[in-house]
Amino acid sequence: MKTVFKRTPTLKDCPTHYCPGCGHGIAHRLVAEIIDELGIRSRTIGIAPVGCAVLAYDYLDVDMIEVPHGRPPAVATGMKRTNPDKIIFSYQGDGDLAAIGTAEIIHAAHRGEQITVIFINNAVFGMTGGQMAPTTVLGQVTATTPKGRNRTGEGYPLQISELLAALPGAIYLERCSLHNPAQISKTKKAIKHAFELQIEGAEGLALVEVLSPCPTYWRMTPVKAMEWIEKEMTKVFPLGRLKDVAGE
Amino acid sequence: MCGNEALAEAAIIAGLDAYFGYPITPQNEIPAYMSRRMPEEGRVFVQSESELAAINMVFGASATGKRAMTSSSSPGISLMQEGLSYLAGAELPAVVVNVMRGGPGLGNIAPSQADYFQATRGGGHGDYRTITLAPASVQEMADCMPLAFDLADQYRMTVIVLADGILGQMMEPIVLDKKKRRKLPAKDWALTGATGREQNIVRSLWLGETALENHNYKLQAKYENIQKNEVLCEQYEVDDAEIVVVAYGIAARIVRPAVNKARQAGIKAGWIRPITLWPFPTEQISRAADQMRIFLTVEMSNGQMVEDVKLAVAGKAAVLLYGRPGGGVPTVDEILERIKQLTLPAKR
Ligand SMILES: Cc1ncc(C[n+]2csc(CCOP(=O)(O)OP(=O)(O)O)c2C)c(N)n1
Ligand code: SF4
Ligand SMILES: [Mg+2]
Repeated sequence: MKTVFKRTPTLKDCPTHYCPGCGHGIAHRLVAEIIDELGIRSRTIGIAPVGCAVLAYDYLDVDMIEVPHGRPPAVATGMKRTNPDKIIFSYQGDGDLAAIGTAEIIHAAHRGEQITVIFINNAVFGMTGGQMAPTTVLGQVTATTPKGRNRTGEGYPLQISELLAALPGAIYLERCSLHNPAQISKTKKAIKHAFELQIEGAEGLALVEVLSPCPTYWRMTPVKAMEWIEKEMTKVFPLGRLKDVAGE
Repeated sequence: MCGNEALAEAAIIAGLDAYFGYPITPQNEIPAYMSRRMPEEGRVFVQSESELAAINMVFGASATGKRAMTSSSSPGISLMQEGLSYLAGAELPAVVVNVMRGGPGLGNIAPSQADYFQATRGGGHGDYRTITLAPASVQEMADCMPLAFDLADQYRMTVIVLADGILGQMMEPIVLDKKKRRKLPAKDWALTGATGREQNIVRSLWLGETALENHNYKLQAKYENIQKNEVLCEQYEVDDAEIVVVAYGIAARIVRPAVNKARQAGIKAGWIRPITLWPFPTEQISRAADQMRIFLTVEMSNGQMVEDVKLAVAGKAAVLLYGRPGGGVPTVDEILERIKQLTLPAKR
C-alpha cells in the first residue's frame, strides 16, 4: 500500500489540548511541515504566545520559549539580533498580537526585524473564555460583548495587517484562512514564503495572518465555523497578499 | 569617566553580548556609550520602543545563552517588572541596572534610593528574588558588572545593580579589571537550535497538580543557597561602637566622614555598608546588635532598608532612621548632628 499522508517529524506524535475543530492544530501542522521541508529544524527557535497556543512547544519539536503575553516580537528581536544565523518565528493570537502586544509588533516591523510571524486571528480571546478581541467583528457576541460588538465604544475590528503594510520594515504581509483545504494549502505556501524570506536574509519582517476557527467561543459546530469565516470574517478581513517587497 | 560610562565599559569587558534600552535620565550616558562601543566590538545595541520591550529583548537574547543587559531609572524599572517576574520563573540570567531617581510617579531626576523595596522584594508578581548589588563609587560601578554577570549566569537569575543619579553622573579615576572571575556552569539549557539533542524549552508555565509548587521549592532552595554564600558587606569601627550607622550606595559615602567626625568628637561610632542588598547582611548586623545599643539607618527614602535592619536586629537594639525622600540628599553635618542627638544625652 502507498503512503499518501504521514506525520511530519517536527510535529510530535501526541494528542493536542485543542477543542474539536480548532484552527491551532492545523496551523501547527503547517508550521511543522514547512520546517521539515526547508530542513531548518536544527536552527529554528520558536516563540509560543500566551493564549490557547501557549503549549505549542508540546507539539512542535524545535527549541522553543514561552514569553509574556504580547511580547514575542521583542523577544524575537533579542534572539535574532544576537543569533543572525538562526531562524526565529513567533506564533501569536489576536489578543497577543493585536491587543496587548500592538506596540511590540509595530516596532519590530518598524525596525525591520528579520523574523517570521504567524498571526492567528480567531476574532476572540480563546484562552480566557471567548472575550472580545480587537479583531472581533461588528455584531459578534462574545463573553464581553453580550449584545454584540458595537462600533460605538468598542470600535471597528482592527486590521493589523493593513496597518503594518504602511511600514517599510514589513516586507511581506499576507492574509490567509483555514476554512477549506484549498485555503489551507494557500496558507501553507504563504507561511513557507515567510520562512524563506528569513532564510534568504531578506531585510524585514514577514507576517502571515491566518483566519482560524474557534468553534467553542463562536458557539458553532466546526463546520458552521468554517462557513462563518468564509461568509463573515473575510468581509472584514479580505484574503490575499497585502505586500511582498521581494515579489514586486 | 562618569559612573554610568564606567559601568558600561566594565559590562563590555565582562563579555556583554547585547544591550537593550530606552532613554531615561539620569542614566542616558549608558545607552549613548553602548550605542558607540557595542557596534565597535561587533556586538548588539538596540534602542527599544519601551522598557517593556527592552526587558523582553534581554529575555530573548538571554534564552539563547548570550550575556544581555538593560539599564534604566525608576519609572522604566517599574515597567520592566513583568519581564523580571518571567525571567525569575524561566530561570534566565539577566543584568538590570537601575540608576534610581526620585519618585513616586514621574517624580524628579534627582538621585534617590526609593526603589529598595522594589529591588529586594522581587518587584513583580510571584515568589522570587533578584540579587541586588549596591555600588558606592565609580570604581565599584565598574567592579560590580563582572560580578553581576557571573552571579546571573551561575544562579540563572536577574542581578540588579542599584545605583543612583549621583553615582551615575560623578567622575572618579578608575582601574578596569580584565580578569575572568568565576568558573561557570555550561548553558546546556539555552535555545541554540536542536542539533543532535532533544528540544530545549524555556518556560515559566507549570501546569499540573504540584508542578508549580515544586518549581517554587527549587527556586527557594537556590535563593537560600545565595543567602548563605553571596552576602557582601563592609564595616568600620563596629566592635566598640555605641552607635552603628547603616547605609548603602551613595548614602554610605556620606556616612563615612560623618562617622569619622563623630569619632573625633569622642563618640564611639561605626558603620556597616551592605554591598549586596539581597542577600542582605542579616547575620553581620545581628552579630553587631549583640553589643550595640543604637542603629541609625541613613537612606535617601522614607525608610525601606530600615525594615531589613530591624529584622536583623530583632529587637536586640534600637533602630532609628534618618531618611531624605524625593531626591533629597543628606549632608555630612545632618548625619553628624543626628549621631550626636542620639548618643550625647546618654552620656550626660
Ligand atoms: C498580562 C496578561 N494579561 C492577561 C492575561 C490573560 N490572557 C491569557 S491569554 C489571553 C488572550 C488570548 O487571546 P488570543 O491572543 O487571541 O489567543 P487565543 O487563545 O484566541 O488563541 C489573555 C487576555 C495574561 N496571561 N497576561
Ligand atoms: S477555545 Fe477556541 S482557540 Fe482555544 S482551543 Fe478551543 S477552539 Fe481553539
Ligand atoms: Mg484569539
